[in-house]
Amino acid sequence: MKAIVNIYLKEGVLDPQGKAVHHALDSLGFDSVKDVRVGKQIVLDLDAKNKEEIEKEVKQMSETLLANTVIEDYDIEIVE
Amino acid sequence: MKSLNVSILQFPGTNCEYDTVYAFKRLGHNTNVIWHKEESIPADTDLVVVPGGFSYGDYLRCGSIAKFSPVMKSVIAYANDGGRVLGICNGFQILTEAGLLPGALKRNDNLHFISRHQHLKVVNSNNDFLKKCKEGEVLYIPIAHHDGNYFVDDETLSDMYDNAQVLLKYCDSEGNPMVVNGSVEQIAGVCNKDKNVFGLMPHPERAMESILGSKDGIRMLEGFGI
Repeated sequence: MKAIVNIYLKEGVLDPQGKAVHHALDSLGFDSVKDVRVGKQIVLDLDAKNKEEIEKEVKQMSETLLANTVIEDYDIEIVE
Repeated sequence: MKSLNVSILQFPGTNCEYDTVYAFKRLGHNTNVIWHKEESIPADTDLVVVPGGFSYGDYLRCGSIAKFSPVMKSVIAYANDGGRVLGICNGFQILTEAGLLPGALKRNDNLHFISRHQHLKVVNSNNDFLKKCKEGEVLYIPIAHHDGNYFVDDETLSDMYDNAQVLLKYCDSEGNPMVVNGSVEQIAGVCNKDKNVFGLMPHPERAMESILGSKDGIRMLEGFGI
């Protein structure tokens, strides 16, 4: 089973990298872009347990290490 | 001045530990470099310094992996027991990640690694770290960081002002606010509520000799020994 953790800066926390990418897209003429947020994706390959158990464990991993909840939000996707 | 036993932590990727040794020796203190695998710090420690560098290659987030090093357990216990801890640059990042200091440090808003001498304004000097400095005084200290963009939510920030936890702000030579890296209200250094844990992005240990551009670091680090 795989767990995919997506991590982004929270709404309201200025994302300097997103801003720079937005600026670059603008200068390339992609003027339909309203906002850009740059995040990271962490893919975990896990020993198959039941989905609920893995979800709980990955949430714990995210809170303690993978994300810094002072500035970041995360979501977890489980792929079987 | 009292001679202190200063324990200076060393993680894989730390690179300011020997500058920090030099700085505290120059002030007449005893220093001990403590490898991160150690599970305890010397019992007679008067001050723990978490020095600058790139612990664990800054992987994941700056300081996020170092906070789980074996030595950090005893540093956290030491701080919770009232022991004094100073985090410089990467050390500041580690202390915020460990939850010993409020807020977090993000990528600089202009995305550049900034390395230069910078003026800093002393906002609060009523603490062990800056007691040799005057409030409003302007210091000149090197900065060298990629992730020094201090963030804290409004509510915590207002508590920090009420408790005199905002210690240093980036400014120009006249003391006027200056945007350097996008930090909330130009904050460069803070402390915890109990005023025994301190963190700053600038490097006082690199400002110990006039020939190297400034010796204002002496005024900062001297405070601990009084």
